Amino acid sequence: MATIDINLLLIVMIVGAVIAVQIRDMLSCIVAIGLVGLAQSLAFLILKAPDLAIVQLVVEILTLVVLLRATIKRGEIEAEQRRDYFSEVLAVALCVLILVFAYPVIKMLPEFGYPAMTIGKEYIAQGLEKTGAANLVSAIILDFRAYDTLGEAVVLFTAVCGALVVLRKVGRKKPGGAGAEE
Amino acid sequence: MNREPGMSLIVKTVTRLTVGTILLYGIYIVLHGHLSPGGGFAGGVIIALSLVHLMLAFGKDVALKKISMSAAETLEDFGAIMFITIAFLGLAGGYFFLHIYGTGQPFKLLSAHMVLLSNIGIACKVGGGLFLVLVAIIAAGNGRKK
Repeated sequence: MATIDINLLLIVMIVGAVIAVQIRDMLSCIVAIGLVGLAQSLAFLILKAPDLAIVQLVVEILTLVVLLRATIKRGEIEAEQRRDYFSEVLAVALCVLILVFAYPVIKMLPEFGYPAMTIGKEYIAQGLEKTGAANLVSAIILDFRAYDTLGEAVVLFTAVCGALVVLRKVGRKKPGGAGAEE
Repeated sequence: MNREPGMSLIVKTVTRLTVGTILLYGIYIVLHGHLSPGGGFAGGVIIALSLVHLMLAFGKDVALKKISMSAAETLEDFGAIMFITIAFLGLAGGYFFLHIYGTGQPFKLLSAHMVLLSNIGIACKVGGGLFLVLVAIIAAGNGRKK
């Protein structure tokens, strides 16, 4: 049952991605990207990763809002349609080539989630006792692997600082004189 | 173009009903991050989304009256400093990020103190930071439209 759902979701995601690349209208392109993200969130849910599903869903909504604002406020933008058949054929050929070579390896992979990895076993056995957190994912990202979370936090902090610096001149303007000295 | 900034009356009325619920849900996700799915990042994004919701429906000024840009900056810095402080307090027990806060009783709200505090810090950081980015982008978009 679960595999059928996953395959359906994968097909939906591929179709959405192809539409997002090929369509001319920017608004439809953004909706197609949102479809891909939503299907990804559902896939996480089916693969029993509700933490990731929640994060994927809310970040997808935030990204959609940002993209919509950026597109609508710029006026009607249509992607220019310059077809480069050579690079398209080359991309598809490379994908097929990699798939052919990767197929034996993919067949050798163990079943999803079994057996647990060596480090993972340790965490599963001792996570609740050592941290007291019932949600093991939280226990790992904020206790055992807090360094990674620190790095992620630094990345986000730097990104926010960079965005504020780049957009500052317009953002700091007084409401009375908005756009007057543009 | 409307006289007032923001969207139509229907959107504003619905927003008035929903925005508090969304904010509350974000806080719930943060505080229960160590018990149920979710956590600091997801909860922080939901908190930022509730403020963005307000900003899209009522316009930028109403949202900035609720939480000004400098207040959001303070919130973000507070979250970052809180998280790094938790990390440095671990040095008291020996090394960086050491769990020295005690575990409490599992499955209670006040358990896993390090995870709970880190969740709150990250949520402040993510919520304030993403709200700031959205404000900056929307302000830049408005300026460009002119």
